[in-house]
Amino acid sequence: MKQIPASILTLLAGIVITLVSLWVGQHHGLLPEQASEQAPLVDRFFSVMVTIGTALFLVVQGALIIFIIKFRRRSGDETDGLPIEGSIPLEILWTAVPAIIVIGLGIYSVDVYAQMGGFAPAGGMVAHHHTRPHHWFTPDAVAASLEPNSGLMAAPATLAKYGIGAAAGQTDSADLTVNVTGLQYAWLFNYPDSGIVSGELHVPLGQSVQLNFTAQDVIHSFWIPQFRLKQDVIPGENTELHFVATKVGTYPVVCAELCGGYHGSMRTQIIVHNPDEFAVWLQQNQIASHA
Amino acid sequence: METQIISNTTSPTSTATEHPAAWKWYDYFRFNVDHKVIGIQYLVTSFVFYLIGGLMAMALRTELYTPDPDVLNPNLYNAFMTNHGTIMIFLWIVPAAIGGFGNYLIPLMIGARDMAFPKLNAIAFWLNPPAGALLLASFLFGGSQSGWTAYPPLSLITANTAQTLWILSIVLVGTSSILGSVNFVVTILKMKVPSMQWSQLPLFCWAILATSVLALLSTPVLAAGLVLLLFDINFGTSFFKPDAGGNVVLYQHLFWFYSHPAVYLMILPIFGIMSEVIPPHARKPIFGYKAIAYSSLAICIVGLFVWVHHMFTSGTPPWMRVFFTVSTLIVAVPTGVKIFGWVATLWGGKIRFTSAMLFALGLLSMFVIGGLGGVTLGTAPFDLHVHDTYYVVGHFHYVLFGGSVFGIYAGIYHWFPKMTGRMMNERLGQLHFVLTFIGTHLTFLPMHKLGLQGMPRRVAMYDPQFVNLNHLCTVGAFVLGISVLPFFINAVWSWIAGAKAPDNPWNALTLEWTTSSPPPVENWEVLPVVTHGPYDYGMGYGVSHDSNPDANDSSDDSSAPPASNPILALD
Ligand code: HEM
Ligand SMILES: [Cu+2]
Ligand SMILES: [Cu+2]
Repeated sequence: MKQIPASILTLLAGIVITLVSLWVGQHHGLLPEQASEQAPLVDRFFSVMVTIGTALFLVVQGALIIFIIKFRRRSGDETDGLPIEGSIPLEILWTAVPAIIVIGLGIYSVDVYAQMGGFAPAGGMVAHHHTRPHHWFTPDAVAASLEPNSGLMAAPATLAKYGIGAAAGQTDSADLTVNVTGLQYAWLFNYPDSGIVSGELHVPLGQSVQLNFTAQDVIHSFWIPQFRLKQDVIPGENTELHFVATKVGTYPVVCAELCGGYHGSMRTQIIVHNPDEFAVWLQQNQIASHA
Repeated sequence: METQIISNTTSPTSTATEHPAAWKWYDYFRFNVDHKVIGIQYLVTSFVFYLIGGLMAMALRTELYTPDPDVLNPNLYNAFMTNHGTIMIFLWIVPAAIGGFGNYLIPLMIGARDMAFPKLNAIAFWLNPPAGALLLASFLFGGSQSGWTAYPPLSLITANTAQTLWILSIVLVGTSSILGSVNFVVTILKMKVPSMQWSQLPLFCWAILATSVLALLSTPVLAAGLVLLLFDINFGTSFFKPDAGGNVVLYQHLFWFYSHPAVYLMILPIFGIMSEVIPPHARKPIFGYKAIAYSSLAICIVGLFVWVHHMFTSGTPPWMRVFFTVSTLIVAVPTGVKIFGWVATLWGGKIRFTSAMLFALGLLSMFVIGGLGGVTLGTAPFDLHVHDTYYVVGHFHYVLFGGSVFGIYAGIYHWFPKMTGRMMNERLGQLHFVLTFIGTHLTFLPMHKLGLQGMPRRVAMYDPQFVNLNHLCTVGAFVLGISVLPFFINAVWSWIAGAKAPDNPWNALTLEWTTSSPPPVENWEVLPVVTHGPYDYGMGYGVSHDSNPDANDSSDDSSAPPASNPILALD
């Protein structure tokens, strides 16, 4: 028999699919550059999903193509195929494997979400309003992530009910606070400590920034693709966003929620400065706005 | 177990009935209570709306060929965008898949002479044309521009009259859907022929049952949300007006409580079509009948508890984001069960590449991409980045176009002979498939990258860095536009002058193939008796022409294809 046994072929296919998936997961090149502390967390998570997704894609599409070729009707053949109606072990397998994958992804996503600070600002507030609605679903990861941040409840009053992004472990208020107003079709950035009002967001590198959002007319959504962060800006409902920029540069700020005909033009920039450069910018603009 | 299905005799319906022996062409334009007439009315009407919605999509893609708003006024862009989405969902996929195939097939598949409440059925259909007319009329007032999601406050302050017409239109189709669902539930539960065991109920019927339950549970919530919106716009209430104490996020909950299940309303019946199309064309029993039936019910139940995944960036507390991440991911499991079941059905088959089968196989391939994208979107941390971007647009078109539309086409090619008594042309069908398959990938695959890179959705103008990928999408959209031509020509020409169809051109085993093509007014002269499962291929049923009742001998290769069957004559 020159025929290669099916088990060896399956094993080979498995190895190839694994290697290809791992490679694709690392080299998909689909995401823009990373410029916040949250960005690498999201990207690592995405890479894992791309890896798993590629593997599943290859398995299913591969099976599909092989079956289509192998089990095509030859001309003149009017007979039926094999009367196979199912296989309980196989069905259990392809219920259990995806179930394990999605539960794993779910736990991992909660962990990433916690590291991104997803539970920090609003988590504290939620505990404030309701009597800890968490316990009935809380995986350990959530519980653990809440502890280091619980000090935030004592942090200077934040009015926002919802938000994301206090760096894990952060206990005091942000280094810089900017009040952001969304309106059809512009962003306004108001620096309460220095009285500066700007149409562009300037922030210092490596320092914690807190954005407090208000919407003047309709819902907008504040998105910095390079930061992998997005928060809706909702009329009548204060929201906030915390981040630490990790790379000097200029990045787009985009409105992501339909807000009218010119929604697509509701774009501006965020400029991440070195701290001393930022101090200069602050000073110059403070003078300008007081002059 | 060994007796045969009693085929109908070819004689016309007995004169004892009050109906004519067959319907005339003009009966299809009138109030008619025959479920088959109603099914065809749904299919044709919704296809007309598909063409209208498709033209709007082409206009959108034309605008997006360049970064600047140079073709359409941005408000008109938004009106087209909103009504494109609305029409595709509420006037094409839902009425075609549930109203069209559901009405035509359910009674035939369970051996009933009609639906439980024929008049109600007709009324449900006739709510659709005025609904469509209202939407089109809204363009006289600028068209609704707030997206098919109609989030306040935007929907409260833009184009009030058009928005009001839009709401009335959706409430009409919602009412239609509720009436239709009641009818399906009662018909399936009460009217199947006594000889059919529950385990012999075709999977399409299980899918429609699950769909109807879902529609009944979720549609009223949408109606409530929209009526409150209507009051806010027209009668000075302030449910959703933030400056008057209203809550805009409440609307989002009401909306998505319906509209996430709505995506299952658009895909569950299609899953049902898949389970009917694949076995006869692969000549194999469906793999895992029970698993596929139960997974519809599982999707229906879990699907009711995932809606907040559309609101991860909105005003939702973290515990909700976590809960709904997990529930959303769980939906992938029953969905996977179906996909794997269909793929396994192919194993060991004798696959015939009819147009129906091509679209079913295409759907399998497309849906995997859409489904994997959906899993990534279901996770809160990643969704923060891609929510409301072109990544989402790419995802839902893989599901809706690669899934629902492919499924509807598969269904049309499969049941056209039964519905019209004529065969469709296979060559044109293949051309249609190839163009659609290429066009879908070309249009919607690049959108994933656009979104990841930073292009938001629902924009009439965008950052010039995205122009190259947008070119691809626009070219793809035109390929898709052109792909409709071979189908359209094929359908019209075949309906008028196609080869006459035999009663059972695919040698399929479900009951609708035991009557004539097209079936007589009350479906069967003598009701069929079920003697085998709907998918018992390879067990000696249905291999040869259906008029030969002694098929289960081993005369496999001797049974020549029926001469009138152009599919088999092709190669
Ligand atoms: C000819 C093929 C199609 C093309 C080229 C196309 C293109 C588009 C475009 C450009 C948008 C606007 C995206 C944005 O700015 O956010 C859109 C939105 C949408 N499309 Fe399609 N589409 C097609 C078919 C379909 C089909 C078959 C469905 C079926 C249900 C569908 C459902 C939707 C929905 C639900 C939206 C969102 C509308 C909204 O956000 O309010 N599309 N499509
Ligand atoms: Cu906007
Ligand atoms: Cu959803």
